[in-house]
Amino acid sequence: MHRIALPSIGTAKAWRETARAFLAARVQPEQIIWGDHAAAPDLFGDAGLPPAGGPVSVPRSFVAMAETAVWHSDPERFARLYAFLWRLKDAPRLMTDRGDGDLARLRQMEKNVRRCQHKMKAFVRFREIGAADAARRSFAAWFEPSHHTVEPTADFFVRRFSDMDWRILTPDVSAIFEQGELSFQEGHTKPDLPEDAGEALWITYFQNIFNPARLMVKAMQTEMPRKYWKNMPEAAFIPRMIAEAPARARAMAEAAPTLPPARMAQVQAQLASHASAWDGPAEELPKAIRACTRCPLHCHATQAVPGEGPGDADLMVVGEQPGDMEDLSGRPFIGPAGQMFDRIAAEVGLNRDAAYVTNAVKHFKFTPRGKRRIHQRPETSEIDHCRWWLDAEIAQVRPKLILAMGATAAQSLTGNGARILSRRGKIETGPEGRPVLLTLHPSYLLRISDPAMRESARAQLRQDLMAAEGMTQSEGQSLGKVTAKAPPAGMPGR
Amino acid sequence: MARQTLDQKLAILSDAAKYDASCASSGSTRRHSRDGKGLGSNEGSGICHAYAPDGRCISLLKILMTNFCIYDCSYCINRVSSNVPRARFSVDEVVRLTIEFYRRNYIEGLFLSSGVIRSPDATMSDMVRIARKLRHEENFRGYIHLKTIPDAAPELIEEAGRLADRLSINVELPTDAAVKRYAPEKKPEQIRRAMANVRMAKDATKEKSFTGKRPPRFAPAGQSTQMIIGADGSSDATVLGQSTRLYSSYKLKRVYYTAFSPIPDSSAKLPLIRPPLQREHRLYQADWLLRFYDFQLDEITSVTRDGNLDLEIDPKLAWALAHRAVFPLDVNRASREMLLRVPGFGVKTVNRILTTRRHRALRYEDLIRMGALMKKARAFITAGGWTPGGLTDSADLRARFAPPPEQLTLF
Repeated sequence: MHRIALPSIGTAKAWRETARAFLAARVQPEQIIWGDHAAAPDLFGDAGLPPAGGPVSVPRSFVAMAETAVWHSDPERFARLYAFLWRLKDAPRLMTDRGDGDLARLRQMEKNVRRCQHKMKAFVRFREIGAADAARRSFAAWFEPSHHTVEPTADFFVRRFSDMDWRILTPDVSAIFEQGELSFQEGHTKPDLPEDAGEALWITYFQNIFNPARLMVKAMQTEMPRKYWKNMPEAAFIPRMIAEAPARARAMAEAAPTLPPARMAQVQAQLASHASAWDGPAEELPKAIRACTRCPLHCHATQAVPGEGPGDADLMVVGEQPGDMEDLSGRPFIGPAGQMFDRIAAEVGLNRDAAYVTNAVKHFKFTPRGKRRIHQRPETSEIDHCRWWLDAEIAQVRPKLILAMGATAAQSLTGNGARILSRRGKIETGPEGRPVLLTLHPSYLLRISDPAMRESARAQLRQDLMAAEGMTQSEGQSLGKVTAKAPPAGMPGR
Repeated sequence: MARQTLDQKLAILSDAAKYDASCASSGSTRRHSRDGKGLGSNEGSGICHAYAPDGRCISLLKILMTNFCIYDCSYCINRVSSNVPRARFSVDEVVRLTIEFYRRNYIEGLFLSSGVIRSPDATMSDMVRIARKLRHEENFRGYIHLKTIPDAAPELIEEAGRLADRLSINVELPTDAAVKRYAPEKKPEQIRRAMANVRMAKDATKEKSFTGKRPPRFAPAGQSTQMIIGADGSSDATVLGQSTRLYSSYKLKRVYYTAFSPIPDSSAKLPLIRPPLQREHRLYQADWLLRFYDFQLDEITSVTRDGNLDLEIDPKLAWALAHRAVFPLDVNRASREMLLRVPGFGVKTVNRILTTRRHRALRYEDLIRMGALMKKARAFITAGGWTPGGLTDSADLRARFAPPPEQLTLF
């Protein structure tokens, strides 16, 4: 029989060293009587450690668990840990078996200690014991933990309060931090700490942050059990706060006035925004677009994205709708598709800054999926609502040529969004009889996975941009002649 | 008028701040002051230093800088037309309160909000001054949460983001129409633009410069927002639809739901009936299912009768009861995705099941030890030594979970 008494300060280290020695010497759990510093001497035990044995290896996860569970108040904790360690030596995988009864018990103890540590971090209340204007201030607290948690938790207070002296006194072990040095002492009786001016302010705060209209006493008590209340200054006021709450809530409800009839203002505002055509001054247009609420898309998107570019550009480039990045920043054509457009435009010498760049639909339409937003194609009704703004932009810029990229732009400008692949490269008639050159949308290129097909689509887009560049350079006189016959407006989009 | 004492101001300005639900102090960068040159630490997980009898945790000193406000939002106690007493803290008073509370271990840090005075920029710059003084003069390393004013200048938001751990802007109500109606001066599109700016500023700090240097961290604990539930007629489906959009658009850390609660001196525009607090709880449960359990929005809303979540049973149980054909699941074979759908199994339980079943077959008792709520789960699973038999399809299964109907009082 071996009898071991572990000290109350440095328990974790002492248990670990002792257990290692026993395990190396293959001493069975039944042969050891574990006790803490308060254990009575045993009549039949012969004290002491066995002769040193070989090295032992233990799963790291067990060490981490033991380091915490060893602070539990259960007198059986040392024996339970060693008994499990003994089983573990032949079956190291046991640590991952959450259904094992012994392990479940130890995990439970570990959890109890962690919770006790957490509550100590939360509920220790310092009072100032030195002068408030001293260079290094000094605080003290009296606390009664359920487990032996002062030693494993002290470092938290060091990390947090290193620029002041503090002491946490408990009936078990006390932690003293002075001039940057941490030390532990055994048992203290409850000291008389001086009154603290900060406490009155804290109690004022506690009483006023409480909302009497939503009394949930049980929720409070599960998180802040009564056993901690006696050392928390604010807790003395809880019974009165609970008692007065129903009357306070009732008084608020009774003081409330009656409900007026529903307002009609929104309806009138909406009517006003649906005039037949926009006719404000040119510089007001972007602002008006940003405030648009003509279709439900505005409820979900961040902002409407108006077009950008010189007000007298020869070329107007029309895309589909803003994407994720355009929606966040409020500027058109800056996302991946916009960058693709810029690259190809640069290759054919088309100066993007000289063109007016905009979208057929001004708000981003999407469906949320987790942390991403998936682009959705706008519906015909949304395109129709937004054509109001595109028409206003065209009326203002008066471009010689409009480049329609993709089905949505084609739908908006020609009334037909079908069969883009066969219609691309040709000129059709758009609003105010202006020529519209149809082409692919750069984002279409981004979605093709087959390299050969992507290359051919890229070549087509490049060819169309080159054509657009050529047409706007040649003063546009010949444009009317290449105009192909446009399909009748109003045909179904797809 | 007599000068108000610090205690009187604290009473007024904490009372004014209590309708903000957020009190989180978690998820920021880890830091400490072991060097003795500063005060405070942050360790990833937050700490609740006290609980009020309303069941809410008190982790931060949650106050308004001032409750004077030029806006007239009808749900707000601080609106310009309300008759509550007004007060205003000076910069030094807020700093002193924060530091003294922190030294006594009452709080994790500061949550500063404010009514809008003079102009949005003037208000925001005072709030930034407080944060700057805490960080640079007091070397405070605890948590700071700043509420941003939507129309404030981008430079101010930028500086606020470098000083604070978290920024937040409240969307206030679930639909744009409700915001226009109850908060006429607030612009929903402007609030969304402000959230977009915060997200972009945060994204920008992830890119290293050409020298490989990282820019200073911007609001490391992210941004959050709050929605008032039950003040307008929006259904839970509308509320959850709005929050999934907010999560995906602006990478929000949290959307807080707060059941509309009666306030002193409330406006005539508001409904008199208060929504059940349980509704708030069910919304949080659904929010968790969407974010951590791979549920899609329509899966949750399709099993509701009128777009509102069932108040008697939780949304996961409601889904399971409506999809009994996929149950019972064999815990020894089912995939992770399906195990997450079992009522009574949390993410932790599912992870434990997956690690343990690599070594051996699981029995009913094992599941209890793993932390599963078997009272709920047992109708939906099979395990060693357990089959639910007819329980899964029994007609009274719902009644086993829902609270018994109450007799209405006659008087």
